[in-house]
Amino acid sequence: MMPGGTPMSNEHPQINNTIPKSPYPLTREDFISDQMVKWCPGCGDHAILSAVSKVFPEIGYKKENYVLVSGIGCSSRFPYYVNTYGFHGIHGRAMAIASGVKIANPSLSVWIITGDGDSMAIGGNHFIHLIRRNIDVNLLLFNNQIYGLTKGQYSPTSPLGAITKTSPYGTIEHPFTPGELVLGAQGTFFARGIDAQPKMLTEIMFEAARHDGTSVVEVLQNCVIFNDGAYDHLASREYRDERTIYLEQGKPMLFGANKDKGLRWNGSGLEVIKLGENGWGINDVLVHDATNPDPGLHLSLAKMNWPELPVAFGVIRSVKAPTYDDLMEEQIQRIKAQSPIKCMDDLLNSGDTWEIE
Amino acid sequence: MEEKKTKHGQPEHVVIRFSGDSGDGMQLTGNLFSDTAAYTGHDLSTFPDFPAEIRAPQNTVAGVSGFQLHFGGTKIYNSGDLCDVLVAMNPAALKTNLKWAKKGATIIVDVDNFEPKALEKAGYSSNPLEDGSLAAYRIVKAPMRMLARETVKDLGLDTKSADRTKNMFALGMLLYMFDKPLEHTYSYLDIKFSKKPIVAEANKKVLKAGYDYADTIEVLQSKIHIPQAKLPKGKYRNITGNIATAWGLMAASEKSGRPLFLGSYPITPATEILMELARHRSLGVKTFQAEDEIAGITSSIGAAFTGSLAVTTTSGPGLSLKVEAMGLAVMTELPLVVVDVQRAGPSTGMPTKSEQSDLNLALFGRNGEAPMLIIAAASPADCFYAAFETAKLSMEHMTPAILLTDGYIGFGSEVFRIPRMADLPEIKPPLAEPNSEYKPYRRDPETLVRKWALPGTDGLRHRIGGLEKTDIYGEVSTDPLNHEKMVKLRAEKVQRIAKVLPLQEVFGETEDELLVVSWGGTFGAVRNAVEECRKEGLKVSHSHFRYINPLPLNTRDVLSKFKKVLVCELNNGQFVHYLRMNFPEIPYLQYNKIQGLPFTVSELCEKIKEVIK
Repeated sequence: MMPGGTPMSNEHPQINNTIPKSPYPLTREDFISDQMVKWCPGCGDHAILSAVSKVFPEIGYKKENYVLVSGIGCSSRFPYYVNTYGFHGIHGRAMAIASGVKIANPSLSVWIITGDGDSMAIGGNHFIHLIRRNIDVNLLLFNNQIYGLTKGQYSPTSPLGAITKTSPYGTIEHPFTPGELVLGAQGTFFARGIDAQPKMLTEIMFEAARHDGTSVVEVLQNCVIFNDGAYDHLASREYRDERTIYLEQGKPMLFGANKDKGLRWNGSGLEVIKLGENGWGINDVLVHDATNPDPGLHLSLAKMNWPELPVAFGVIRSVKAPTYDDLMEEQIQRIKAQSPIKCMDDLLNSGDTWEIE
Repeated sequence: MEEKKTKHGQPEHVVIRFSGDSGDGMQLTGNLFSDTAAYTGHDLSTFPDFPAEIRAPQNTVAGVSGFQLHFGGTKIYNSGDLCDVLVAMNPAALKTNLKWAKKGATIIVDVDNFEPKALEKAGYSSNPLEDGSLAAYRIVKAPMRMLARETVKDLGLDTKSADRTKNMFALGMLLYMFDKPLEHTYSYLDIKFSKKPIVAEANKKVLKAGYDYADTIEVLQSKIHIPQAKLPKGKYRNITGNIATAWGLMAASEKSGRPLFLGSYPITPATEILMELARHRSLGVKTFQAEDEIAGITSSIGAAFTGSLAVTTTSGPGLSLKVEAMGLAVMTELPLVVVDVQRAGPSTGMPTKSEQSDLNLALFGRNGEAPMLIIAAASPADCFYAAFETAKLSMEHMTPAILLTDGYIGFGSEVFRIPRMADLPEIKPPLAEPNSEYKPYRRDPETLVRKWALPGTDGLRHRIGGLEKTDIYGEVSTDPLNHEKMVKLRAEKVQRIAKVLPLQEVFGETEDELLVVSWGGTFGAVRNAVEECRKEGLKVSHSHFRYINPLPLNTRDVLSKFKKVLVCELNNGQFVHYLRMNFPEIPYLQYNKIQGLPFTVSELCEKIKEVIK
């Protein structure tokens, strides 16, 4: 879209940071790559790709300032399908590659595209350390609970007992809940969405972009070939309202087709209450505060699983903390101002030296 | 080897070895003596020899820390074979270091530490100072601990602090013996202990006490005067190989205008490079202490993608972990400098001991066909130029590169003539112009180098990665012929760097009986040995390799002019195998040492004589 195109959407709050903004409005066409998308028909990745192409123009950075970095796996082909600067890395290392990209050039908007194998297994170490450092990048974790590209082995998020090609009698491993790892690593932003609800995904991604620090967005994503229907119990229209809850900042935690169910803290944990039953009213329902520095309730929300509790979608945690890249730049400016060493000649000639005539 | 003397009967150069418990401050003592020797006009080379343990149990052989210094009035190529003066602060130090002392060497001991318990811990059944076993040496029994305590008794220090000054006593004695001034050490102590003036005062007093003690006991008939070296005019400093490596990289960053990014994980003996670069935020250096070796290199690859001079530093075990990522840098054709300060392997091996055994890994250690530029530094000061040049060639030729140094030259130091930045060569990375008709794998027809298109630049959006890509256009491809073409292009690109490299040089005759070949950190010892042998009239020349891949264009010509070629290296024959693979017709002989120790000049001379017979 050239200058004079449709004005940018005003429905979102402003993004304030030092990444250069586009001088003219962009549209999704600006981000469509000329590559043939080679994911399986019906794969959840298509919906995520569509959400990204929609949200990038809304975020409004200069199109040359987006960088997508991925690891290995079906999800990691993503950068080829978006017309930005892109780097398709090696298995598990997208987090570390992206760390280098952002630290080296903080004026880039960096998006890590990774899967449950890439980030929870082979890249688990980089995942937690990226989050601990709070480097200002966005991480989209496509969680399909299976290894797709290698054709159907269990992943660190496959449920206990899952029958897969490498667990013909059921897995005997306890799965990770990505949100628990994020919070355990002192994460400042964690959100969850699902491929089946693209509008919610775009909203979440926008919030992730707006957050200063590492933003982790877990996307529950259907692998149509090797783990089809893994999220049907949450995604299908008949169950969605009753089995999931969309958390919105400052709003009561209500769900259900008629918004008549709520989450309540019973003193030791979360429980579902029905408004109007047993005397429960709206005042008994928790109000969502993603900005609370204490991660206790956020952890409980991230861990919720059906059938005991509804699965939480939306921004579960978003708190302020200094970012690694900001601290690095500040430190450089401070030391530059203090140090008598201004160039290499200064350094080479500093300290103990002597002349030979 | 006949000791060379000046006209007045004084030696032209001398080797001193300081040794003591790891807590005795021997590294500091050695460094302070080296600094004074350097100021007073000598060429020098040093090498610290310390255990991997930080503080092994006191008075044990495991805890002995050593520092060897070779200085003199001639060109000093290495830290010397055997020492003329050995300082041993305790029995364990004597036990471990006696083998490094020349017959007839002066051995200065702190006699106060030769107590039954310490002797027993060191494994002596009788006191070597009394049982006649040291008859071949000149022993100076100095009561250092007692005299140090005595000297500082009015300053109110506790015994432990008082005892800690005794290394200054030893230093004072040495400075007297070689007629060196105390001033440099005084000013060092004043700065170092500026917040603890009592401690500064105590150390200075003990230093002077040691100096006076040596005078009083007439430790030598006369002071030893080592002549000054005839170094070229200029400004000098002392530098270790690891610091020189860090500075060479920083110089390349300034010269190229590319910001310096280091992703690294601490590992002996490479950590000093990370520590040094971390100090230089004032010059915009970004150091990232990664969570592991893999994150060290992959974060650097990310930084390289954005246009930084990207570096990762490591040693053998870390290089093993970086292998897959090096392949990624080969595939994406990004500049990247991997510094490998080699140590004795395999596996954890001997972390503080030096070796040249990562060459095979550097040359061949990647999946697929993945050649990289490889350069090896020759000496501590050369690390500066080798690092600068590796960075320059890596950026200008858009290829990852490995700089091989080793623990010996990394920790070792020598006199460094300070260059002017204006005199260093230009570095011109091939940056893509904004809004140009950019294709990721379009190449310069001469050099086969692709352009570097930095994120954030208008009109250059593109995708690269580990998957094979089409020639010119950079689209994901499994086309058989394209893959073969790309493999050959990547290899040819690296080979063509040889066109800009200097030709391989020969010291001595270009056609003769024997050519001694070395590479990397063994330069000093080998050159010294060849010089000695030539002075004795042997028909031997020396060719030292700095460029490992690609090899200089005239390598075959150089090797083929000699009846015999002796390849000397600190491994089981990795470079000779590489030469054999490339130039199989040459009659190679090899000399290999795999002891975690550098070559000595005398053993090299012996080998040369054996071969030339």
